[in-house]
Amino acid sequence: MNIPPKLEVQNVYFTYADGTEALRNVSLKIDPFQIFVLFGPARAGKTTLLRLFNRLSDLIEGATVQGSVLFNGRDVFARGTDVIDLRRRIGMVFAVPTPLPGTIRENLTYGLRMAGIRNRDELESRIERSLTQAALWDEVKDRLDRPASALSGGQKQRLCIARSLALEPEVLILDNPTSGLDPLSTAMVEESLHELKQRYTIIMVPHSVQQAARVATRAAFMLDGEIIEVGDGDQIFGQPQVKRTEDYVTGRFG
Amino acid sequence: MTRQHTQKIAVALITASAVLVVIPIIAVIAYIVVQGAGAISWEFLTARPRNGMTEGGIMPAILGTLILTLGTSIVCIPLALGAAIYLAEYAKDNRLTRWVRLAIVNLAGIPSIVYGLFGLGAFVLFMQFGTSILAGSLTLGIMTLPVVISTAEEAILSVPQEFRLVSQSLGATRWQTIRHQVLPHALPGIITGVILGLSRAAGETAPILFTVAAFYLPTLPSSISDQTMALPYHLYVIATQVPGMPLSVQYGTALVLLLLVLSLTLVATIIRTRMRRRRDW
Amino acid sequence: MNLTQFAKERYAEAAVRARPAGNRIRQRWTEFLVEGMIQLSGVSTIVIVALIFLFLLREGLPTFLDIPLRQLFGGRWYPIEGLYGLWPLIVGSLIVTVGAVVIAVPRGLTTAIYLGEIAPPWQREILKPLIEVLAGIPSIVLGFLGWVALAPIVQSLGAPTGLTALTGSLILAYMALPTIISISEDALYAVPKEYRDGALAIGATQWQTIWRVVLPAARSGLAMAIMLGIGRAIGETMAVMMVTGNAAFVPELGLDMPLSPVRTMTATIAAEMGEVAQGSQHYSVLFGIGIVLFVITFAINMLAGRLVGVTVRRKGGSV
Repeated sequence: MNIPPKLEVQNVYFTYADGTEALRNVSLKIDPFQIFVLFGPARAGKTTLLRLFNRLSDLIEGATVQGSVLFNGRDVFARGTDVIDLRRRIGMVFAVPTPLPGTIRENLTYGLRMAGIRNRDELESRIERSLTQAALWDEVKDRLDRPASALSGGQKQRLCIARSLALEPEVLILDNPTSGLDPLSTAMVEESLHELKQRYTIIMVPHSVQQAARVATRAAFMLDGEIIEVGDGDQIFGQPQVKRTEDYVTGRFG
Repeated sequence: MTRQHTQKIAVALITASAVLVVIPIIAVIAYIVVQGAGAISWEFLTARPRNGMTEGGIMPAILGTLILTLGTSIVCIPLALGAAIYLAEYAKDNRLTRWVRLAIVNLAGIPSIVYGLFGLGAFVLFMQFGTSILAGSLTLGIMTLPVVISTAEEAILSVPQEFRLVSQSLGATRWQTIRHQVLPHALPGIITGVILGLSRAAGETAPILFTVAAFYLPTLPSSISDQTMALPYHLYVIATQVPGMPLSVQYGTALVLLLLVLSLTLVATIIRTRMRRRRDW
Repeated sequence: MNLTQFAKERYAEAAVRARPAGNRIRQRWTEFLVEGMIQLSGVSTIVIVALIFLFLLREGLPTFLDIPLRQLFGGRWYPIEGLYGLWPLIVGSLIVTVGAVVIAVPRGLTTAIYLGEIAPPWQREILKPLIEVLAGIPSIVLGFLGWVALAPIVQSLGAPTGLTALTGSLILAYMALPTIISISEDALYAVPKEYRDGALAIGATQWQTIWRVVLPAARSGLAMAIMLGIGRAIGETMAVMMVTGNAAFVPELGLDMPLSPVRTMTATIAAEMGEVAQGSQHYSVLFGIGIVLFVITFAINMLAGRLVGVTVRRKGGSV
């Protein structure tokens, strides 16, 4: 049985308004229910690529995109694509934990309320489910109506994860989610990712090669806007096929 | 002369100059307060004028100014807010946007008497509203647009970009993002700008000269097509065109106008500082 | 992929498709309407400026069509006899404005320097609100004060009534000050800290730093402040109307000039419009003066805008 990939990138070129090419002929296949890691040095184009999936790239004025980005087999850049619905199905967590001003409850229900879901019971059950999946339920269940800004860095980030999960997406994208977190919070986030991959497709840009090796089911190495190598998690970090990958993985540059 | 000498002299001169700028401001206000306080009484503020304006009170003028300020806000706020949101959130970096900004800069520079002429030609005559609260509010409202647009735009832009990004990543539309994440947090700045703009409109004379103001009206205005008295115009007339008007009444009128305008400015400043302290980010 | 995982995926996909479409359709409509109104508001500003100019033209164009230019810019403003020479009015505006600028610019700049570079924070906390207060004082109140309090003082200097160009310039200077000060302050603030630090590091005194480094760097912003101050002064009506004496003829050149009464363009419109018949030539000429004022302030704004360019500051992070 042939199961189509959850997300597929086909020969994508991305150019900024001033002419700089951020992505050059990028092609990828991402299967469901795994953690797909996109790693590489800074300014390799990883964030740009991530933002193509949920079309947050639309917010960059004057940029042009060539090629296709397929989600469940359909090009997200096709005419008539409902971008809002797309963003509900593909959630995103950013590097700096950004709770919205307001209470924890307001943060979690924001996306749902914008989608028109107002039923109190529905909201409550989603709050509990998403906080549990993000391993935050026990810590905040008694203070859902307190400001989200009072949480610690690690808690904020797990809140952001829960916030995206509350919409029950199919895909969860995490752009360097543990960059500012202490080791304990980092471990908690990585731990929850292992649980989450059973229900969601996860794409992640890691904080370090070590983190990538810890969590990746499959990984792709990016450099200067190009995909250099793609492989299984246990293979690409231990025995990379391409020299540049090996150089990066072993720390010869970074 | 050594450099140290130059330094000391320069600083002394600059400081002196600044002080000389500031002292008259305080002196002016103090002088008006001192001269005018004597005329202020409950009757002055709430009664109608008698005896050729030399006795009684200036209540109709106060009321007129308040009515015009209300009218100005109704005309100005929706339009200014829309334009500010447009500039901050929707406008792309193209020629149209540049023209809009140019238009706003020019609106800000047009002399108030020219607004009066515009009001006369467009609202009083062309639209046939006659000299009326309607014509006056429209004129004042348009005149107040640039100030409110600028401050509102700045308030909107000061909301961090991250909130917009997060909101949209959670599936909110652009308007939803503006309505739920941007506007609520820009509100203090917007309100400050509105109040400042209104306080300026309240003190203006030239735009209402030909569009709404009257010196003596036997009855209070009852509809927007009526004329009304107004404080700035009232002050102008009793100071320059009514012989035998007691000085205390003139100073008293000036004081009332000054207090009205300054208290609005004060309210705006208080709102700005208090809201800034309560920021949740 | 094994069978259980495949089943899970099919199940998950089915659950997702069964999810209600949400409020997308109604949302789309609201979005469309609201965005439309917002764009309309933005564009309306252009429409309004155009309308203002058009209405001025509508009532004032006859001025330029009917009256020969030589007479229009001639030296006698005597509407009773049908003489509409704008020159005395233009000169009046010019004298009063130049006087105001001469008084206000040095004061304004030095106050801005004081606020930005020298004053300790506690003084700044007091001074800035005070200047905002000055900005808020209605022009009629300042004009009134000029009329009752300043004019007698000027009178004692030798002018018969105390209502002179000098009186007007003094009052106008104070009205233009807040504009000049705040924009100069912004211009000085925009000079990067590194400039000052660099100068101080090589041993310059504070004054030398200001004079040789900060001021030149803020040049264009300061020029804009002056231009906008000029614009403010030219456009003022009520205050000048009350204190300049309203004599519509060109004063003689000489040391006495500031003490002569003059009449500005703005005051002319305000003073005479109440007495003209609609549609009469006098009426058109007053609108014609309005056109002249509009064009002048338009030109000043274009110039000021060209000096600095419009800057849009986006605070907070970036996308």
